[in-house]
Amino acid sequence: MTPLISTRDLLVRIGGHEVCRAFTWTVQPGECWAILGRNGVGKSTLLASLAGLRPCTAGEVTVCDVNIAVSPSPTFSAALPHGSLRSLAQRRSYLAQNHSDPFPSTVMETALIGRHPHLGRWDWETGADRAIARAALAEVDLAGLAEREVHTLSGGERQRLAVAQLLTQQPQLFLLDEPLTHLDLSHQVAVMELFRRRTQGDAALVAVLHDPGFAVRYCEHALLLFGNGEWLAGPSHEIVSAENLSRLYGHPLREICSNNERWFIPC
Amino acid sequence: MPSRRHALSVLALLLALAGISFIVALAAGSIAVTFDDLLAALFGATFDHMGGNTLAVEVIRGLRLPRALGAFAVGGLLALAGALMQVLLRNPLADPYVLGISGGAAVGALLAMLSGLALFFVNLAAFAGAFAAMLTVFGLAHGDSSWTRTRLLLTGVIVAAGCGAVVALILSIAPEAQLRGMLFWLMGDAGQVSEPRPALLVLAAGLLIALPFARELNLLARGELLAQTLGVPVAGVRRGVYFLAALLTATAVTTAGSIGFIGLVVPHLTRLGLMKLGWGNDQRLLLPAAALAGGSLLVLADTLARTVAAPQQLPVGVLTALIGVPVFLFLLGREKSA
Repeated sequence: MTPLISTRDLLVRIGGHEVCRAFTWTVQPGECWAILGRNGVGKSTLLASLAGLRPCTAGEVTVCDVNIAVSPSPTFSAALPHGSLRSLAQRRSYLAQNHSDPFPSTVMETALIGRHPHLGRWDWETGADRAIARAALAEVDLAGLAEREVHTLSGGERQRLAVAQLLTQQPQLFLLDEPLTHLDLSHQVAVMELFRRRTQGDAALVAVLHDPGFAVRYCEHALLLFGNGEWLAGPSHEIVSAENLSRLYGHPLREICSNNERWFIPC
Repeated sequence: MPSRRHALSVLALLLALAGISFIVALAAGSIAVTFDDLLAALFGATFDHMGGNTLAVEVIRGLRLPRALGAFAVGGLLALAGALMQVLLRNPLADPYVLGISGGAAVGALLAMLSGLALFFVNLAAFAGAFAAMLTVFGLAHGDSSWTRTRLLLTGVIVAAGCGAVVALILSIAPEAQLRGMLFWLMGDAGQVSEPRPALLVLAAGLLIALPFARELNLLARGELLAQTLGVPVAGVRRGVYFLAALLTATAVTTAGSIGFIGLVVPHLTRLGLMKLGWGNDQRLLLPAAALAGGSLLVLADTLARTVAAPQQLPVGVLTALIGVPVFLFLLGREKSA
């Protein structure tokens, strides 16, 4: 199987700060990865670089068979040609941390946005596209709100709508930047389980998470970013340990086992 | 989100509104016009046997029709440019003039008037001024290639303020006799339209260029990052939108001076109307709908401007604001209580 992400000797730098150095890594279909690290170590930067949304500093990245050329161009827009931008958009999705809605719009409209990469220039959304969006809204528990104005949603509902937009896009690779923000506990579990179902086939997931308990519960793999270019990647049952996490967060953590599940609490 | 069929029916309705506005514009005025005169004027030889009143036919063909066509083109241009600017700046308060294009045109036009040049050169100077302002803003905002919205907006606003100061300076040193013409130009006046065809052509071309990218614009309005994630070449589309909006605005301002209000409010009115129908904010429908609505509105406003206090002619820019402000506030108020 071709990996969905493969990097070789990647260097990602932001504002003079190294996020990861000599980063060689692959994500295979069916894998779930959690990215853990302190605030400001560059978890989002790395994720955006992998999504092809910002240029890396050096090295090679291939995402969904698209070679994201590493260019020294300092512009915000990665210098990807339109064709690869589009084929990338058909296969990988990216959940940003913030969602803004400067203009009024309905929930259904916002979910349908995810169909864009699959539509031709003159196409309009068909009944099939609407059905996909409706199913996605139902999956995140927003079925009844399809005609609601986006501005009237709560923070958690808006976050779930962003997840629904991702599902509507029907990608193979999910790149999620803090997918659980604003969600209550039951929806945190629901959203993680939903993504786990989606990645059982040939899809994969890479998510920035803040709770190591969730990371070990839902992701078999973890990537720890220590903040000085150092990183550690591997099976989460091995590398997500109280010792590594204490070093990662710069705060002592204690591991608690219950019903064969491991949770970590700050001392 | 509307289906294609819904969108076409809305546009057909707006096209009918545009037709009505033209009939009103051609029929209204100090010289009475019959239906036969209208047909004779519009369709020429075919209806000559009806023997339309020749004076009326002349007035329609020579005066009212070019003026109405010019007003329609300018209204459409401003509304389309406004809708594009609002997407580009992701700011509902943006209008075609916010980036200083009308200011540049005003400086050019007023300088030409001050030197006593003919109308053709005034128009030329206005267009040159608009173009210079557009390039200045683009060059300065694009300087270090980090083309952020805030930087663009700030540069535009500052350039507009500078132009405003120059306009005030020209007005204060201009001889008494030229002041009235200058003020009319500044307030916007469709009476100065001599040749409506270039503006109509630019409007049609602008719509044809913008419409294939309308879904990309939908995404851009929601955020650059999201648009790029979903495969929109953001930098190129933004540059295209900027230059298209600037060209539309420059054409409108050159044709009839800086008519206010249409560019800001018509896109909002259209958006409000479409939202009420449950069809949301889809640029594929919004752009042509705003162009049609803006054109019709300006034709009606201009007709009112030349008839309401006849023989005195009012500058249409004043009227668009006087009618539009209460209508808009009313709609906005109802929106809140709903």
